[in-house]
Amino acid sequence: MLKTRIMPTLLYKDTTLVKGVGFDSWRRVGSLMQSIKVYNLRQVDELVFLDITATRDGREPDFELIDEFADECFMPLAVGGGIRTVEHVRRLLAVGADKVVINTIAYEDPSIISEICRTFGAQCVVVSIDYRVGGDGSRKVHTHSGTQERSMTIVEMAKLAEERGAGEIMLTCIERDGTLSGYDLPGLAEVSAAVGIPVIASGGAGSYEHMCDALTVGHADAVAAASMFHFTEQTPLEAKRYLAQQGLRVRL
Amino acid sequence: MSCVLVIDYNMGNVDSMRRALEECGAEVIFGHREEHFEAASHIVLPGVGSFPAGMANLHRLGIPHKIHKYVVSTRVPLLGVCLGMQLLAESGTEGEPTAGLGLISGQVVPLLPRSGERIPHVGWNTVEPKRDTPLLAGLGTGGDCYFVHSFHFLCGSPESVVATTDYCGGFVSVVNCDNIWGTQFHPEKSQIVGMKILRNFLSLN
Repeated sequence: MLKTRIMPTLLYKDTTLVKGVGFDSWRRVGSLMQSIKVYNLRQVDELVFLDITATRDGREPDFELIDEFADECFMPLAVGGGIRTVEHVRRLLAVGADKVVINTIAYEDPSIISEICRTFGAQCVVVSIDYRVGGDGSRKVHTHSGTQERSMTIVEMAKLAEERGAGEIMLTCIERDGTLSGYDLPGLAEVSAAVGIPVIASGGAGSYEHMCDALTVGHADAVAAASMFHFTEQTPLEAKRYLAQQGLRVRL
Repeated sequence: MSCVLVIDYNMGNVDSMRRALEECGAEVIFGHREEHFEAASHIVLPGVGSFPAGMANLHRLGIPHKIHKYVVSTRVPLLGVCLGMQLLAESGTEGEPTAGLGLISGQVVPLLPRSGERIPHVGWNTVEPKRDTPLLAGLGTGGDCYFVHSFHFLCGSPESVVATTDYCGGFVSVVNCDNIWGTQFHPEKSQIVGMKILRNFLSLN
């Protein structure tokens, strides 16, 4: 049977591992290479690397840096930040990324999703959707590291991404990010019900129970977490043990 | 020491395959020219991407002919991984119907999800051996490997089915015919179990 994935997310600025709250107040949390080595040793299910300032600063992905990281990763690796062209994707896959995570460009020019899929297959495209919950309960897409509000809702964007051939959706609630207060379950449930591709829950994980809720109430297929693993004693392995006790299928 | 040719035909994560094979103690060469095939004790056909794009790239570089010469005639062991496994089939239905390498009888068709299943099939799932085979030696009743795909290999002959995996009603996750092998999952990304399978492949001769 297919197992639920627990995915540590590593956010970085230059070569430093950082973590913020609500896509802001970034603080350094250590060496990126060190974390990669630890996660590799611990055999985590999959890693997500996101360069949080590349698009905002108009930079392309740092291919050399990814190449160095990927050399330490014997696990699936999804890489995002600054991807604007199919050529960027080709180069990232060539240096060892298994998937690319696209966000701003997927919104601005959804045809790139189909273009990447045609060349490299749907399985390598993760469309990342960042959003905030409005006062009226609406969930609007935000691009450029959460700095620009867009008119589309998360469900509209998720459906568009699926239509264009995306392989997975990574859904991040910006207000929840870094708060350790739990995922936005209604947002997850809405998107999971609207698409047939896997949905990765992101933003807000603070405990194993939160992960369980994202999977059972939010119907997510995988859970991503950063702060919870950086700032608490909790680990991906213990998370899986907890989920197994709750009757979920995990790889132990 | 094994000298492994990882066929370079511009289809995806070739560097992870190189690193995994080197970790297993192999010398890795990367390329598609005659002298690369000539030097290889083992050949890996990696690849992510679409079936038609994969075949078009193989043809453009004149690779099918070299695979026939070295793998079919000289019997150098070949491992196809993910798209590389699918290209071993006679044909694929992804996008437009496309002829494959035709090394193992069968067709590549879409996975059909049952209720609650999502496509692509992404993540860790159990590879269950259906017969004793050197490639899966030491795996016991099964091991978890990393998958990411939307199509699967429908074998033309039950003898080529080496292992199956439970998703979409069950699909073939490892194929074999003589010295030719294919895994739908990514051994180079499947940590301890994957490394074991790659080492098993390197010990084939």
